[in-house]
Amino acid sequence: MPDIMKMVESRESRTDIPNFAPGDTIKVHVKVKEGDKERIQIFQGIVISRKGGGARQMFTVRKVSGGIGVERMFPLYSPSIDRIEVERHGRVRRAKLYYLRDLRGKAARIEEKRAK
Amino acid sequence: MAIEGIIGKKVGMTQVFAEDGALIPVTVIQAGPCLVVQKKTTEKDGYDAVQVGLVEKVSSRRVTSAIRGHFEKAGLQPVRTLAEFAYSGEANVGDRVQVDMFKPGDSIDVVGRSKGKGFQGVVKRHHFRGGRESHGSMFHRAPGSIGASAFPSRVMKGMRMGGRMGNDQVTVKNLRVAKVDAENNLLYIRGAVPGGRNGLVLVRFAKNGKRG
Repeated sequence: MPDIMKMVESRESRTDIPNFAPGDTIKVHVKVKEGDKERIQIFQGIVISRKGGGARQMFTVRKVSGGIGVERMFPLYSPSIDRIEVERHGRVRRAKLYYLRDLRGKAARIEEKRAK
Repeated sequence: MAIEGIIGKKVGMTQVFAEDGALIPVTVIQAGPCLVVQKKTTEKDGYDAVQVGLVEKVSSRRVTSAIRGHFEKAGLQPVRTLAEFAYSGEANVGDRVQVDMFKPGDSIDVVGRSKGKGFQGVVKRHHFRGGRESHGSMFHRAPGSIGASAFPSRVMKGMRMGGRMGNDQVTVKNLRVAKVDAENNLLYIRGAVPGGRNGLVLVRFAKNGKRG
């Protein structure tokens, strides 16, 4: 990629996003517009994928809400994300955790990563 | 607006966020600065236009004397790329054309050269449907009949067949300027633009469309 592109993308990026990886449990504080009012909604779940590079990176968060799996994809640097909190780091062995979609309850748990 | 367009190079595609958080796919164009090299007039050339050149360093060894003379007349350094644009109002030799003449929301046309695809069949080149791949079909991607027999006893002109595809001049009309970065001579255009990276493009105000 030419350097201009890197420059352009770095300007579109945010620096206040914490490090997180697939398997981590995070809280995404999403800005929601209702009419002319704005409030913040929290979406908490497990990160099951991160894809794309540079300023175009996206991530997917999955949670089970009332027995129904809900997944939400966010652009990593979206201005509608107020902030991201990392709740816990999970120990997983692959980059995309799509297998969680087929698992329920106890089987869908992810072990916590031990800090070294 | 004095001069209608600018010469640029496609840098690549990315995305930017609008103020309301919406994601906009954009093509980044490095455009200009350009200088007016020649002014064409109705009296002399039969039409009104300005010839502008994209300012780039060119080795003097690469300049033929005819081209050198052309630039000396304008009193400018030779450049590699020249293009003509219409203009309105005042325009003089030596005038600078820069990206800051565009502003976000402007309607623009982009002229570029599409990527070459080589020799392609009728399915890819002309969107013929082709036949079934299975169930005993023996007709897959062939063009089929190209005309009747005794009359006219020839193939009609313009019959769509396989052949070289791409590497054509393509104009995409009524694209929108998403963002202008005058400091780095960058133009962000909403959507795609013909050609590959580093391809030359001409960006001009939309011929049919509203401004601003």
